[in-house]
Amino acid sequence: MEIFGIPIQAFLGQLLLGLVNGSFYAMLSLGLAVIFGLLGIVNFAHGALYMIGAYVAFVALDKFGINYWFALLISPLVVGALGVVIERTLLKRLYKIDPIYGLLLTFGLALIAEGVFRYWFDVSGQSYPVPDLLQGATNLGFMVLPNYRAWVVVASLAVCLGTWFVIERTRLGAYLRAGTENPALVQAFGINVPVMVMLTYGGGCALAAFAGVLAAPVIQVTPLMGSNLIIIVFAVVVIGGMGSILGSILTGLGLGLIEGLTKVFYPEASSIVVFVIMAIVLMIRPAGLFGKEK
Amino acid sequence: MKLTQISAACALAAASLFAASAHAQISGDVVKIGFISDLSGLYADIDGPAGAEAIRMAIADFGGNVNGKKIELLVADHQNKPDVAASKAREWIDQQGLDMLIGGTNSGTGLSMAQVMLEKKKPYISIGAGSSALTSEKCSPYTIHYAYDTVALAKGTAPAVVKAGGKTWYFLTADYAFGTALQADATAAVTKAGGSVVGSVRAPLASSDFSSFLLQAQSSKAEILGLANAGGDTINAIKAANEFGITKTMKLAGLLMFINDVHSLGLKATQGMYLTDSWYWNQSAETRAWAKRFFDKFKRMPSSLQAADYSATMFYLTAVKAIGTDDGDKVNEQMRKSKVNDMYTKGGYIRADGSMIHDMYLMQVKTPAQSTTPWDYYNVVSTTKGEDAFLTKAESKCALWK
Repeated sequence: MEIFGIPIQAFLGQLLLGLVNGSFYAMLSLGLAVIFGLLGIVNFAHGALYMIGAYVAFVALDKFGINYWFALLISPLVVGALGVVIERTLLKRLYKIDPIYGLLLTFGLALIAEGVFRYWFDVSGQSYPVPDLLQGATNLGFMVLPNYRAWVVVASLAVCLGTWFVIERTRLGAYLRAGTENPALVQAFGINVPVMVMLTYGGGCALAAFAGVLAAPVIQVTPLMGSNLIIIVFAVVVIGGMGSILGSILTGLGLGLIEGLTKVFYPEASSIVVFVIMAIVLMIRPAGLFGKEK
Repeated sequence: MKLTQISAACALAAASLFAASAHAQISGDVVKIGFISDLSGLYADIDGPAGAEAIRMAIADFGGNVNGKKIELLVADHQNKPDVAASKAREWIDQQGLDMLIGGTNSGTGLSMAQVMLEKKKPYISIGAGSSALTSEKCSPYTIHYAYDTVALAKGTAPAVVKAGGKTWYFLTADYAFGTALQADATAAVTKAGGSVVGSVRAPLASSDFSSFLLQAQSSKAEILGLANAGGDTINAIKAANEFGITKTMKLAGLLMFINDVHSLGLKATQGMYLTDSWYWNQSAETRAWAKRFFDKFKRMPSSLQAADYSATMFYLTAVKAIGTDDGDKVNEQMRKSKVNDMYTKGGYIRADGSMIHDMYLMQVKTPAQSTTPWDYYNVVSTTKGEDAFLTKAESKCALWK
């Protein structure tokens, strides 16, 4: 049986791979969407934080012998704390002025972080081993799926849905959303809005670091790994609708699938297909697929 | 007595005149060498800032001056963009009095710089770029292709792999000038050696994930997966191939691999792979001595490109010194009459098409057990004589070599 001239096995395999990549897009665009939705900051440092997350895991293993599972916990905490510092010292001064300044600031931070890590680690990067528990691969009949990739999909979906649940379905999430709609009023109810905003940014950064640790065994850990990905992730956020949390998760997964299929039918276009879709979506629905016009 | 005094005076006068005129022929009283490479992107480790430092080492070893005129080095990052490379080269020649340009990695930029140097009639030594077009259909009287090209890589690796039993090939190709040239040259070499190519897939430069392409390669049922890419792309492709069990059914052949790639992947993932290179640090006492100096600076061993950066700078400066001028045409002519004899290669010479003809080496990556010291990664399997390594006259499309 064939689909568009491609054996169904190969087709299924490519869909699965698209899902793996899509879950990275989903996780990263989710962090961006949370930060933009609640702070109004276009966080261009997101790719750099993802890269730092991977390097924290690498250094933890290389220098301190801390294994993957602890790194999965430690790295988001370290990068989240870094995010808190960035928010307290720099970003907080920018909330009252044009969002473009936030974008420029975070973009500058990303360039600095990339330069520093390039200086420390060179560009070829380091290999991070797959943890023992997830070594090997499972033969699914239509393809051999490395166990680690399966774990990536499961872990990132769990994190995405967890984040969505916290923000959309809990009291804390309600405060957060209210705090961004009308900070003065929420503050009047006795809720410490600045601390909430700070923790939100830290949480968004921690999500990026979590994705970085997940990615470390799959791709080479290099200072450039973030900048290779961040532009695509931004396109995902724009397509999904800036600030829409569920939108960014679904769009991330969907675009991963579309990109995966492009790699089969017209590989040369696989690096631009996301941007073509972005252009089309912006023409038809300027607020994005899941965004609301303001 | 009187006669000898007069002739001595004349000789002295002539000599001083000659010396004066020779000095006057160093334009701007300084020999300016330019180096444009990828200093920060995916190819920065194989050449990059350490390549610039290798050039500085050569300038220092040369004494820092030619006949009393200072030697200066200009360095720029082309960010893998041909237009940036070309405009930087043009700017340096027009505004800074550049005398010679060393081109770094990335063939797209290499070809665009060759065009500018031809227009400005200044010598251009291309080192990091691999495309054989530089000395074939796009050859120029001012281009010297110094270290390697896609033909030499293909002619070195492909027949060896076919001979070892890998008859059917599938290519994973980087989708730009270098990758397509490498695939074409390797296809020719595979076919000539009695193998066949069953398919290929072109992946965009710096793809983040290769698993999809690898799955396509696997379903082709070919025995050999030829990697017609470089740097970070090769690394990520080999990593994913190990992870997805591709290496169980297919053998990998890296068509352009540098020692930095092997280092960052580790021997476990790369053992047994064949590759072709122009130089290996652990080849002889001479190479080891130079490599040690490099290692002391950078804490890593030099790639063949960094060794070639050093060698080419020495080669150029020697030519300038011999004729006492940095005039583009004259140095160009002098270099084409000279031989390269140093730690990089022996008896190297420049052919009419601009290729620097020198021996190439087929290496096999050692197993972790065979490797005894840090960076001890290769067994040199065989040497391909310079005359057999590069394009033949029949294959060449260069109008200068007909």
